[in-house]
Amino acid sequence: MTTPTAKPTVATVWLDGCSGCHMSFLDLDERLITLAGLVDVLHSPVVDQKQFPQQVDLTLVEGAVSSEEDLHKALIIRARSKLVVALGDCAVTGNVPAMRNYFDRSDLFARAYVENAQEPTTPEERRVVLPVLGVPPLRPHATALHEVIKVDMFLPGCPPPADAIWYLLTEILAGRTPATTTVSRFGK
Amino acid sequence: MNTPVDIATESITLRIDDKDVSCRKGETVLQVARENGIDIPTLCYMEGLTVWGGCRLCMVEIAGSPKLQAACATVCTEGMIISTQSPRLENYRRMIVELLFAERNHVCSVCVSNGHCELQTMAVKLGIDHVRFAYRFPHLEVDNSHDRMRMDHNRCILCTRCVRVCAEIEGAHTKDIKGRGVLAAIIHDLDQNWGESSTCTSCGKCVNICPTGALTHRGTAVGEMTKKTTFLPYLTLMREAQP
Amino acid sequence: MKPEELTAMAEKVRKQDAHFSHHIHVCTESGCVSSQSDVLLKNITDEVQQRGLKGKVCVKGVGCMGLCCNGPLLKADDTMYQFVKPEDAGAIVDSLTSTPVVELVCDTKQPFFARQKLIVRENAGHIDPESIADCVAHGAYRALLKVLTSMTPQQVIAEVSESGLRGRGGAGFPTGLKWSTVSKAGGKTKYVICNGDEGDPGAFMDRSVMEGDPHRVLEGMAIGAYAVGAGQGIIYVRAEYPLAVKRLTRAINQARREGLLGHGLFGSNFDFNVEIRLGAGAFVCGEETALIASVEGKRGMPRPRPPYPANSGLHGCPTLINNVETFANIPAIMERGGKWFATIGTEKSKGTKIFALTGKIKNTGLIEVPMGIPLREIIYDIAGGIPDGKAFKAVQTGGPSGGCIPAEHLDITVDYESLTKLGSIMGSGGMIVMDETSNMVDVARFFMEFCMTESCGKCVPCRVGTYEMHELLDRICKRQATMADLNLLKELCDMVKQTSLCGLGQSAPNPVLSTLRYFENEYLKLIQSSPASHAGDGDHHVALEVLS
Ligand SMILES: Cc1cc2nc3c(=O)[nH]c(=O)nc-3n(C[C@H](O)[C@H](O)[C@H](O)COP(=O)(O)O)c2cc1C
Ligand code: SF4
Ligand code: SF4
Ligand code: SF4
Ligand code: SF4
Ligand code: FES
Ligand code: FES
Repeated sequence: MTTPTAKPTVATVWLDGCSGCHMSFLDLDERLITLAGLVDVLHSPVVDQKQFPQQVDLTLVEGAVSSEEDLHKALIIRARSKLVVALGDCAVTGNVPAMRNYFDRSDLFARAYVENAQEPTTPEERRVVLPVLGVPPLRPHATALHEVIKVDMFLPGCPPPADAIWYLLTEILAGRTPATTTVSRFGK
Repeated sequence: MNTPVDIATESITLRIDDKDVSCRKGETVLQVARENGIDIPTLCYMEGLTVWGGCRLCMVEIAGSPKLQAACATVCTEGMIISTQSPRLENYRRMIVELLFAERNHVCSVCVSNGHCELQTMAVKLGIDHVRFAYRFPHLEVDNSHDRMRMDHNRCILCTRCVRVCAEIEGAHTKDIKGRGVLAAIIHDLDQNWGESSTCTSCGKCVNICPTGALTHRGTAVGEMTKKTTFLPYLTLMREAQP
Repeated sequence: MKPEELTAMAEKVRKQDAHFSHHIHVCTESGCVSSQSDVLLKNITDEVQQRGLKGKVCVKGVGCMGLCCNGPLLKADDTMYQFVKPEDAGAIVDSLTSTPVVELVCDTKQPFFARQKLIVRENAGHIDPESIADCVAHGAYRALLKVLTSMTPQQVIAEVSESGLRGRGGAGFPTGLKWSTVSKAGGKTKYVICNGDEGDPGAFMDRSVMEGDPHRVLEGMAIGAYAVGAGQGIIYVRAEYPLAVKRLTRAINQARREGLLGHGLFGSNFDFNVEIRLGAGAFVCGEETALIASVEGKRGMPRPRPPYPANSGLHGCPTLINNVETFANIPAIMERGGKWFATIGTEKSKGTKIFALTGKIKNTGLIEVPMGIPLREIIYDIAGGIPDGKAFKAVQTGGPSGGCIPAEHLDITVDYESLTKLGSIMGSGGMIVMDETSNMVDVARFFMEFCMTESCGKCVPCRVGTYEMHELLDRICKRQATMADLNLLKELCDMVKQTSLCGLGQSAPNPVLSTLRYFENEYLKLIQSSPASHAGDGDHHVALEVLS
């Protein structure tokens, strides 16, 4: 729980994306130090904590919702975050991960694990086995985050420039709703 | 028409967004607004081509009329009072652009027109940061058969600017539309590959006039495709000047 | 044809008819033909022949008698028979001289027949639509004769205005006003177009008029052409109506041969010709500007109005475009006068209206009733109520452009104003009745699917908006929707209604809006029972305050 004296808590999550948005986040450079003074980053691909915390004030989500695991994470994020921001085009629109949506999943698997596989040599290799164990099943479509949970704010861009991320964070910390299209756009 | 124009009777005064303006008889609300520096968003309108009236972004409110009117297709009448901006209109316009994004596959980050696209610019102008409607994700073709130009149906918004420029300016009428509803699509001749069209003169006008990354030059990479549309009013003028 | 030749033609048929002591009329319209009434007609003709009664019994194919659900219908002298099979032919012919075939008798005193008022359909069931002589004997072209020999175009228009007739194609625009606009429009060439596209699902009023009394339509068009100064008429019929096309073609050929179409009709200097144009069955081609584009050989897509067709229509010329039923009302108005017509109906809705009754009712078929009749009377008396002991739930009027009327409003009168007040429209006359088993969200989804597939694709709100509205309705029906989806649906309905280019898009949200108006609880029930996928419906403004 946030007490008036404690710093707001922040988490960042990486679903089906290329990590570009997180790279852009790291591009905040020395502003990261300023940020560290303003918030506590509880959970992120760039910090150690593995479990998503019980309660966070603000979560930035990169990536589309592609697999059942992504969906599971998204629901947890929503339940435990006060504010959820879709960070970058994959989370906002589906973007590149959603380009598989024009095809059937079985065609995709066939392409990836059969047609594009190396020439099989042994009978075992010839028996094509799709990876299933320990791999989260793909959902029929990769979708934007707001198709599965309520999203409070959207920052488009592929990736959103560091300045845009900075603007977003500082506006939120100042208690204002950022006008994100003034700093970024689809494909920026 | 060579009849002398009587300025007193042929000119019209009206009010757009609290600004008193005057115009010649026969001018549309959109033309007059633009002449007076008032911006009305449009996607299907193109100066020099016939009016299409399909994108519906230019809808405006006219005092005394219960219905909204498309500014590009509405001829000014004396004393009209028009507003081009209101929360309601802005909301409608946002929805229309969101619908266009949901209709086909717009992946700006890998699009050759990224950064030079009227649809993308319109989204920014209207403050669209996400699309509330379900994306259709249709499976669409890219016609790569022409040796210099490319038609990518994934990016087409069916504004028919290409159809009109080809028929009305180039005089080839290579392009047209087939199908109904969301299945409508631009075709070449009798729905054949562009490269096999016997009417296309390869003039390139359609590519330059296309607002999006649907019609592009081949060999362009992400964000490299830019368009030039300044030729159009000039060509139209030349056509009209011909005896 | 000269005036006296028309009377002579009628006289001749009446004289021939006088020789017959019996008449058998078999319905040969699409409804009954689909249950073999054509074979029945042939069998009856054969039976009559075999019994050597050819000179005594007049056998003819006639138009729809209304109670199509009990077809094939036939009338033998004064007795009506229903569910007649081809093999019943002998028994029917025998009954003429003995007792009726009891098990097939259809009671013509039942409210279905008794409560109707026939103007447009007055001759359906009496005339052979394929014989111009028979039609003339029953009064066809008499009104045209009167108009051409004794009235000026202005008088004709004044009469139509006085009648209060409003367009039957859907919008209910005053016909007299439209005629006078076209008549005043400048230009030497003008056209008259009869709109027989009839694309509403469940509607077949116009088809019936064209199949059952084609000369009435031609006559109405000719009078319209005279009034507005046009010389060429076009009937636009969808190709899915082959029988209507056949009957109209035959009627046009016969009229031309008899000099009832062509040069100098009835010795006047008025020329009038009619051509048929076939539509490929797109709903949007019923919209007047799309129809005109289609006639011009272009893709059938609407264009922004104004200019209206009355000023700039076919090939840029002033064009009068009216619905089939509108034109079919004209001969009666000319013969009996606008004043007479205006005595029927309500203050603002005059005359009668044909409705196609379908859905969960006992009697499905065609009825013609005076405007202002209580809806309850149509549903419970004429249509015979709901079968299988089920309860009435709602009736959809105006097809995919209209709305539903729930049980609590059964006592409204059926006229343009009352229906509009309840959020529906008169439309072209389709009435689809739903019982308690219908789910209204499903009904809305059905009509939205129709609009989605029929959208011409020209304008964005309709092209993509109908797709997305259908998607949202589908989610609700499948219990996958949230309240946010319902709110988005409402917003989308409003936008599509306000910004679409033509009537198709502008009215596509109507079935949703009207089911929401009367049956919102059904939407809510489906949403509440869906496993809510959207967790955390918090307000981000509150969260922002806490954060800062
Ligand atoms: C989508 C759409 C479909 C229509 N379909 C028909 C039709 O099938 N028949 C018809 O008479 N009018 C139809 N209309 C109305 C016509 O545009 C036009 O108003 C009518 O034919 C005028 O005739 P009226 O004044 O006699 O009603 C349609 C309108 C729309 C917008
Ligand atoms: S056409 Fe425009 S909006 Fe569509 S993907 Fe390309 S840049 Fe983006
Ligand atoms: S290149 Fe020219 S002729 Fe060919 S389709 Fe485009 S506009 Fe028409
Ligand atoms: S190809 Fe381009 S110009 Fe042609 S309709 Fe599509 S978006 Fe418009
Ligand atoms: S409203 Fe629908 S049918 Fe009418 S013009 Fe627009 S897309 Fe076509
Ligand atoms: S610009 Fe007017 S409708 Fe497209
Ligand atoms: S079609 Fe035969 S009675 Fe209606």
